Amino acid sequence: MTGRLWAIAYNTYREAVRDRVLYNLILFALLIVGASVLFGQISLDINRIVLINLGLTAISLFGIIIAIFIGIGLVSKEIEKRTLYTVLAARPVRRWEFIAGKFLGLVMTLTVNALLMSAGFFAAVLYVSHHLGRGDLQLVTAIYFILLEFVLITALALLFSTFSTPIFSSIFAFSIFAVGTFAEDLRGFAGMAHGVTRGVLTGAAYLVPNFAALNVISQVAHDVKVEPKLIMLNTLYVLVYTASVLTASVWIFERRNLK
Amino acid sequence: MAAIEIQGLEKSYKTGFFKNKLKQGLKPLTLSVEEGEVFGCLGPNGAGKTTTLKLLLGLVFPSGGTARILGCELTDIEVKRDIGFLPEQPYFYDHLTPLELLDYYARLSGVDSHERRKKVDKALARVGMTDSGKTQLRKFSKGMLQRVGLAQAIVHDPKLVLLDEPMSGLDPIGRREVRDLVQELNEEGKTIFFSTHILSDAETLCDRVAVLDKGELKGVGVVADLLREVSGDVEVIWNGAQAIPALSALGARCHATGDVVRAVLPERSLDAALDVLRKNQARLTSVTPVRATLEDYFLARIGETKPNEVSA
Repeated sequence: MTGRLWAIAYNTYREAVRDRVLYNLILFALLIVGASVLFGQISLDINRIVLINLGLTAISLFGIIIAIFIGIGLVSKEIEKRTLYTVLAARPVRRWEFIAGKFLGLVMTLTVNALLMSAGFFAAVLYVSHHLGRGDLQLVTAIYFILLEFVLITALALLFSTFSTPIFSSIFAFSIFAVGTFAEDLRGFAGMAHGVTRGVLTGAAYLVPNFAALNVISQVAHDVKVEPKLIMLNTLYVLVYTASVLTASVWIFERRNLK
Repeated sequence: MAAIEIQGLEKSYKTGFFKNKLKQGLKPLTLSVEEGEVFGCLGPNGAGKTTTLKLLLGLVFPSGGTARILGCELTDIEVKRDIGFLPEQPYFYDHLTPLELLDYYARLSGVDSHERRKKVDKALARVGMTDSGKTQLRKFSKGMLQRVGLAQAIVHDPKLVLLDEPMSGLDPIGRREVRDLVQELNEEGKTIFFSTHILSDAETLCDRVAVLDKGELKGVGVVADLLREVSGDVEVIWNGAQAIPALSALGARCHATGDVVRAVLPERSLDAALDVLRKNQARLTSVTPVRATLEDYFLARIGETKPNEVSA
């Protein structure tokens, strides 16, 4: 089982890293990190803040774009191109193994991408600050949260990919990411409503993935400490949410006729 | 033991905007394929051949009936170690080379790491692709992809090989090579089940065939036995056009070229026809039994009147 899962994950990773579009996106993200150094130089005394804000936002945004664009095709593209037939029809591969392998493969790709982009980002921070200290560990926490964002959005894109076309899946994925970015505000609005509306809104607000809680970019840019409790809670939240989304993906995919 | 045993297997799809219409892709199908057989599943486009294969391989779920492959239920995933499958018009991960692709599939099939390279090389050699093993699949022609498709179907040395339209899109040399490969695999003791609409290939290769049309089984059996059902005509050639009206009355289809007449008539009418020819003092040239082809059987069973839709 592990061998098959790993083989599917590695094939997904290999497919992604052999795609030139991916490199263009990474290069573009690194260019933005580089440009933020220049922006920083024209911003008196806040060059480091500008660099961290712009740099980490670029890593997050481009990672999300890569996750959605690859994620939405993970299953639907395989059905459309019929590459799935030779994997599921005549190999002892269970459908859940296929979903899990695809998910792990894309998470692996995004982790490697994030590491590459982070290396460029830290080089830029070193250039601006002339040294890296203990306080910069906060930046690692912010990057870890960005990785958690990638995990969550990959699982959601994969879920949409099991039942929808790539176009609709991308609309769903971008929409849910946009809504999730304002999850805290949504919960606030729900709190102001009354009666049944309040119940429905609160339920909906908690159902939406809370991307807002994973965004500590501004906080670390201003050297505000990220509490260990938040790290633990965010990790747990992403694990539980991802597991639920993947379970839903498997449930749908297990019942789907691959016509 | 039967390699494939199908009992009343059927598939219906919900169609229409509101999914309120039911379309039967496969009507209850019962047939069995013995181990070591080459079995052909024939039918025009939309006959239910691919649906049957997809049901057997668990890609779509049956609406009713049961099936067993190599003695195991369709839900038993482990039986797939012994199954090879070539889909119709195969398309593979084009970022991979044939060596990488076959290694991936062999790995998924559970082939040991120390045996994998040997089996991959052997499969590529069998389809004549050894020299292209390190070229990315995106650079391959349709015929080359079909060969890679065949290689992936046999890389793990399966007992049962299912091929969906294996000759489709191949040139005459490619078709010949596939035929040879199917015969080789069969000689090794493998069971081959393939769907095709190219009847001459089925006639050359198959021990038995099943004919499907509009999701319904129209006939199944040994090719020679099936042909006997539609044969029984004789061809009579003689000199003397004056006998044509009397022969036509006996059900003969006559074609005259000058004084030479060629008639095809049912074998049971032969004696009466010869009497007519003697009475008309016609000079008999030859009497030859007409060998029926699978196409004749096919057309007779599915009531097809447009033979140009069926490549022979």
